[in-house]
Amino acid sequence: MTDTSDFVRIEHAQKSFGKLEVLKDISLTVERGQIVAIIGPSGSGKSTLLRAINDLDALTGGEIWLDGVQVNKTLPHRQYEKHINEMRQQIGMVFQHFNLFPHLTVRENVTMAPMLLKDLSKAEANKLAEEQLDHVGMLERIEYYPSQLSGGQKQRVAIARALAMKPKLMLFDEATSALDPELVDEVNQVMKKLAEDHMTMIIVTHEMDFAAAVCDRVLFMDQGVVVEEGPPEVVFKNPVKDRTREFLRKHIEGAK
Amino acid sequence: MGLDFSIVPKYMDVILLGCAWTIGITVAAALLSFFGGIVFAVIALYGPWLLRQPFRLFAWLFMGTPLLLQLFLIYFGLVQIGIDLPAFVAGIIGLGLHFAVYNSELIQTAILAVDKGQMEAARTLGLSRGEALRKVVIPQAVRAVLPPIGNNMIALLKDSALVSVIGVSELTLSAQRVIGKTYRPFEFYLLAAACYYVINLGMEWVQRRIERRISISR
Repeated sequence: MTDTSDFVRIEHAQKSFGKLEVLKDISLTVERGQIVAIIGPSGSGKSTLLRAINDLDALTGGEIWLDGVQVNKTLPHRQYEKHINEMRQQIGMVFQHFNLFPHLTVRENVTMAPMLLKDLSKAEANKLAEEQLDHVGMLERIEYYPSQLSGGQKQRVAIARALAMKPKLMLFDEATSALDPELVDEVNQVMKKLAEDHMTMIIVTHEMDFAAAVCDRVLFMDQGVVVEEGPPEVVFKNPVKDRTREFLRKHIEGAK
Repeated sequence: MGLDFSIVPKYMDVILLGCAWTIGITVAAALLSFFGGIVFAVIALYGPWLLRQPFRLFAWLFMGTPLLLQLFLIYFGLVQIGIDLPAFVAGIIGLGLHFAVYNSELIQTAILAVDKGQMEAARTLGLSRGEALRKVVIPQAVRAVLPPIGNNMIALLKDSALVSVIGVSELTLSAQRVIGKTYRPFEFYLLAAACYYVINLGMEWVQRRIERRISISR
């Protein structure tokens, strides 16, 4: 029996596309309420790792555990589908390109999954949507369609949509990378608010300042391995590994 | 002897009844072809092999042979194996399935063109693939191809004249019958043409309304 005292537990995660190894034996644990940032150059495998947590990209080896339940357990196809759909309800995910449903209003974007999967009545779902949208400051736009929103507003709605399923864990896959610089902050503010609510979060990001300010731990990944891991003040200020140092130097220069 | 429309009012009730049949058959077949098109598209893209292969044969049959022949097969052919359909039902099924196959081609392409992130976002919320298709992917795909589907529906209206050959008293056959009595083919064929034109206008109007309503929601 695997130790389940950790909230999120990734054990020997391994992923290959043919001969290309994208993740090489990665292990990681996240405690309840912790916020972990994953940084690294593109192609380092950080998005793949994040997408493995809710099995959007299936691992070729290793285990993912959430709150004592194995996410990617071996089951016959039909049973696995049922199991993974239940697991995914507990894992919210926010994408770089928002992926709001363009044919639905903001309200419908948020209410659809709870009504379909949690059998909420329309009134209950509406109340839930209003709460969540209020939380991200998007209540005024509840009847708008996604095409009528700015990128930052879309991303806030996407966060509300994920939160409406009351997830135990939130995954952010470069949530601010596609935004105009002046819109980044409104999304970061929402994420900070989630941090204050003690939401467990794993964040793939290019924003070192945000990671430093909000996260409990930072992982630096390169070429499918975790090169360095630690509290942000150590990883950002006094990295031990040369590769981390080089990445941060380039990144900070690039940002200037 | 020139054109003389003074005879028309006497037979107007026959022509109007023909119009009613044409409209009824067209609307029923259009609905069948629309929803059938969605079902066929899902089978063609996601169906199990055992369903997909017979469907390909079926689709080929409906796209590769004349509609007239298909109507004969459904109306006269099926009787032989004990399926005796009323002519108008056979007509609706024939027209509906024929155009469902064409609509299905459009919808398949549109489904494949929906951004992959849409499916991912739906799956991430916990929807099954079927739920994600039903709630997220297909509604977007169908919206994207409504204009070409509308064109198919206009073609369907025109091809509905073919069901006259299995004895449905729709507009064309009604006109023919009146001509049989009056020997005034020019007047009554022109009248029938005008009726088709008006029905066509009506369909375009409905289509525009649907498209406008849906385009707001994008």
